[in-house]
Amino acid sequence: MPVIKSIIRLNDLDTNFVDEVIETGSEVFGEEIPKTIMACMQCGRCSGSCPSGRRTAFRTRKIYREVVLGFREKVLSSDELWYCTTCYTCQERCPRGVKTTEIIRILRNIAAKEGYMSKSHKMAAGHVFRTGHAVAINEEIQNVREELGLSRLPPTTHSHPEALAKLQDILRKTHFDELVGFDWETMELKEV
Amino acid sequence: MEEKTYACFLGCVIPNRYPGIELSTVKMLRELGVESVDMPGAGCCPAPGVFGSFDLKTWLALAARNICIAEELGCDIMTMCNGCYGSLQEADHLLKGDPLLKDKVNEILAPEMEYKGTINVKHQVEIFTDDIGIERIKEAITMPLDGLRVGVHYGCHFLKPSAVRGHGKAERPGMVDALVEVTGAKSVEYKDKMMCCGFGGGVRTRDIEVALDITKEKITNMLDAGVDCTVNPCASCHLQFDRGQVEIEHIFGDRFNLPVLYYSQLLGLAMGHDPRELGMHKQNIPTDPVLDKVEGLK
Repeated sequence: MPVIKSIIRLNDLDTNFVDEVIETGSEVFGEEIPKTIMACMQCGRCSGSCPSGRRTAFRTRKIYREVVLGFREKVLSSDELWYCTTCYTCQERCPRGVKTTEIIRILRNIAAKEGYMSKSHKMAAGHVFRTGHAVAINEEIQNVREELGLSRLPPTTHSHPEALAKLQDILRKTHFDELVGFDWETMELKEV
Repeated sequence: MEEKTYACFLGCVIPNRYPGIELSTVKMLRELGVESVDMPGAGCCPAPGVFGSFDLKTWLALAARNICIAEELGCDIMTMCNGCYGSLQEADHLLKGDPLLKDKVNEILAPEMEYKGTINVKHQVEIFTDDIGIERIKEAITMPLDGLRVGVHYGCHFLKPSAVRGHGKAERPGMVDALVEVTGAKSVEYKDKMMCCGFGGGVRTRDIEVALDITKEKITNMLDAGVDCTVNPCASCHLQFDRGQVEIEHIFGDRFNLPVLYYSQLLGLAMGHDPRELGMHKQNIPTDPVLDKVEGLK
């Protein structure tokens, strides 16, 4: 794993990383959006606009530079990558039109594939596998719904098992179950 | 006004945590001439900054499945959460703009479903503003909220990314302020008004202290400007401010008690409804200070 020292050795860098990011992003966004990373001129307006950057070590500007230079492992393994709230303030303000927030999402997709998805995020995903909802109903809210004159269960996957089955089928087809480590036998995460 | 029926997309937070949002929105829209129908079997949108961060392809396919349900109904979608709006509107935008991507998604949805691209995704704010219009809302106000000072919180994904959403620049919007002020309340300027609530991007799930520290800053800024309550058009922001204040007290020891109202709850009060009919008594932070402030509400 490359470590930032006063001397950066070319051998420690993965200079294909930026191409990997563009290629991964192109699958959903098309090439134009991820390619904007090449236009970053390191002005730092993104970091200056960032609500998470005010209180954490998350530095968007630094991440874009590290991607272009090829600090693959460092970028993908960093906790900071997950401090972005996707508020899009940086993307709106970037004077070079870099699609900063979309690039963060693309980087996170690669990080997730590399095994850097947190347990808390896997658990949130687990709810969707089981119920179709990231935030599922509970007894207390069923009572509130009834009291308000609403159906105890909403007309969502919660009351449509056939729709939940279809949703689960999608999660299998996109191999999201493998990414998250979801066990269909136990309907729980494989490693907790 | 053209009579219109929307497919009501609930998502997760609304039906499963804040049913008052669902209740008040459907009720107020109906009174103003807009009908909505259930979307049977809809699920998580799924959250654009959370599931979009894990796997964009899965995010897109799940969003497309939800859109297909509305296509079957032949109705445009109405959303009540910026996250749901952001997810479904962005997915629809991407799929309408890229036939190859559409084919790929349809392979995943096949055989039972097919995304066609025949409907549009709307935010509740657009429906109040464009379909109904400020003038018509004004006529329906029977209990003006004169003197009520409101800290408007837009949330991020209703407006941004602006190139995809198409509601103009996101730095100084006016849509929600106008909807608030038509009730007689005043939308108060405050520091960093357009800042995020802290909920999004999976930060709340992964590192709740960072998320709540952002929330706390926003609440402090609003209170410094002397607001009586905060009003939002987004179920996720709503949760972050309401439930978040309980968590802030638990984690940081600060107690704010800033009442949190969803827009249709504020409108409901101004249209003469009892706060209990709007689910306002089923939230974490008491909304009584709002009722005390306006004569006749209690």
